[in-house]
Amino acid sequence: MNELQLLTWARGPGLDIAVGIFVLGVLWRLIEIYTLGRKKDLAAPRRAAGASGLHTVFRRSLAPPGMLKRSPVSYIGGYTFHIGLAIIVFLGAPHILLISNLTGLSWPALPAQLIDLVAVVTMAAMLVMLFDRITKPAKRFLSTFEDWFTWTVTFLPVLTGWLAVQHLLLPYTTMLALHILSAEILLIVLPFTKLFHAFTLFGSRWYNGSANARKGVPV
Amino acid sequence: MQGPLIDTLARQGVSRRTFLKYCATLASMMALPPAAGRAMAEAMAAARRPSVIWLPFQECTGCTESFTRSHSPTLEGMIFDMISLDYQETLMAAAGHQAEEARHTAMRDNAGKYLLIVDGSIPLGVDGAYSCIGGRSNVDLLQEAAAGAAAVIAVGTCAAYGGIPKANPNPTGAVSVSDIVKDKPIVNIPGCPPIPVVMTGVLAHYLTFGSLPELDDKGRPKAFFGETIHDRCYRRPFYDQGKFAKTFDDEGARRGWCLFELGCKGPVTYNACATVKWNGGTSWPVESGHGCLGCSEPDFWDAGGFYKALSVPADPLGFTAAAAMVGAGAGVAGGFANRAKKSTAKKTHEPVTLDDLEVPK
Repeated sequence: MNELQLLTWARGPGLDIAVGIFVLGVLWRLIEIYTLGRKKDLAAPRRAAGASGLHTVFRRSLAPPGMLKRSPVSYIGGYTFHIGLAIIVFLGAPHILLISNLTGLSWPALPAQLIDLVAVVTMAAMLVMLFDRITKPAKRFLSTFEDWFTWTVTFLPVLTGWLAVQHLLLPYTTMLALHILSAEILLIVLPFTKLFHAFTLFGSRWYNGSANARKGVPV
Repeated sequence: MQGPLIDTLARQGVSRRTFLKYCATLASMMALPPAAGRAMAEAMAAARRPSVIWLPFQECTGCTESFTRSHSPTLEGMIFDMISLDYQETLMAAAGHQAEEARHTAMRDNAGKYLLIVDGSIPLGVDGAYSCIGGRSNVDLLQEAAAGAAAVIAVGTCAAYGGIPKANPNPTGAVSVSDIVKDKPIVNIPGCPPIPVVMTGVLAHYLTFGSLPELDDKGRPKAFFGETIHDRCYRRPFYDQGKFAKTFDDEGARRGWCLFELGCKGPVTYNACATVKWNGGTSWPVESGHGCLGCSEPDFWDAGGFYKALSVPADPLGFTAAAAMVGAGAGVAGGFANRAKKSTAKKTHEPVTLDDLEVPK
């Protein structure tokens, strides 16, 4: 198999398998999670101003007072790489083309150089966060295999994409094939690891927020 | 044709100056040092004229057309003056037994020294019966001719990689020259058709230095196949700016924006079209408004469609609907299982009493 065949496989059967597993996993887990239900709260609701699911969805995105100072790497690094990933995935021209091909939805792209810069910043932020996780004893103690693994599968698509665009390490065709394959691994892994927070994040915040609201606690 | 090449060229109206300029251009195109141009001119003018046997196999004659009809009939066409073309079915006057005789004579008289040029793929299906010349299969002819060759030049994507005949499902069992010939140096000059100057460059290199030029991992001369179409494309700035033609006749297409979204394979295609161009530097596919097909890459025919961008699926997704049903089914089944578990837990639940908490004395 030469590199063009590898690329064609990655764009063809590989993508088909990856998207299939992704859709299967996402639907499976979302339906299972949301059909779990919770016990009815029999206590009388005690609503307080500013306490609601919607408030919590936004409030949890902000650092609680003092926390930004206590762990700046987690907050700033976390923000940087999450926003960076979103920009690369949703505003890079080839990515929009893929989304448009799969869903029919399309929007304008950012210039390639800007995406390039964002990719470098994203990778830097992810590396700093990894370093922080390794060097901070508490973080390292709390880290399991899944944490290291999900960091890797998230980092690889950014790295290979950037290397492909920059023509580094391997010929463009090979690197592009590896980039698409790494993104496919991410798609396959996403529904079954902590990366599923991309789907459950706002739902669980809403749930916690509304539960707290019933108890009259604006968190 | 007799006498040194320079005399022949002079008869065709090519001055010595033009010839020297051409050799200098050729040398610089192949990234050789400036002195190589002069060396090339001297070597080619003196023209040792190696014997060349050109075997056409499963092909469309487009490669021969490309060389013989290249821009000025005297310069690229010079390749036919630089060499003693002892067998070329399309161009030779002889036919039938006389043609076969010419081939045998050339092979016998220049054993171990002649250059073998092959265009077309070699079918292996049904014992090679899909393509025969004079009652003999292509694979048989190739093995015989390659045995006494100094080197083999595979011209065109068919000879280099199997090309269009090898396209899925490959009904004739077509393979490339390098699949058959294992013990001779092989230069691949892919393209559908290949660029004439690449052929001239390889021959000039061979005549001047007595060796073949440096090749990449796919057997192509690095000097011409070292960079992608995309990297040398004059439309590249539009790619970087995110300006793409969406259809072949929209505003973007008229403004000459990037053809990536229309399926251009420039980013994964190594060839010299963007710099050398075609028809004497007149234009080339992308300049004429059509994306690159990737014709100098192996299996370009099966690389997911000419009009599909590289970042979109090569095939329509087939599993998604089924996967969605299975996923939803698994979710619902999981939900029921969880509910059943919950109600069982509820039923078997035994409230804790004070007695349970007392430590037995």
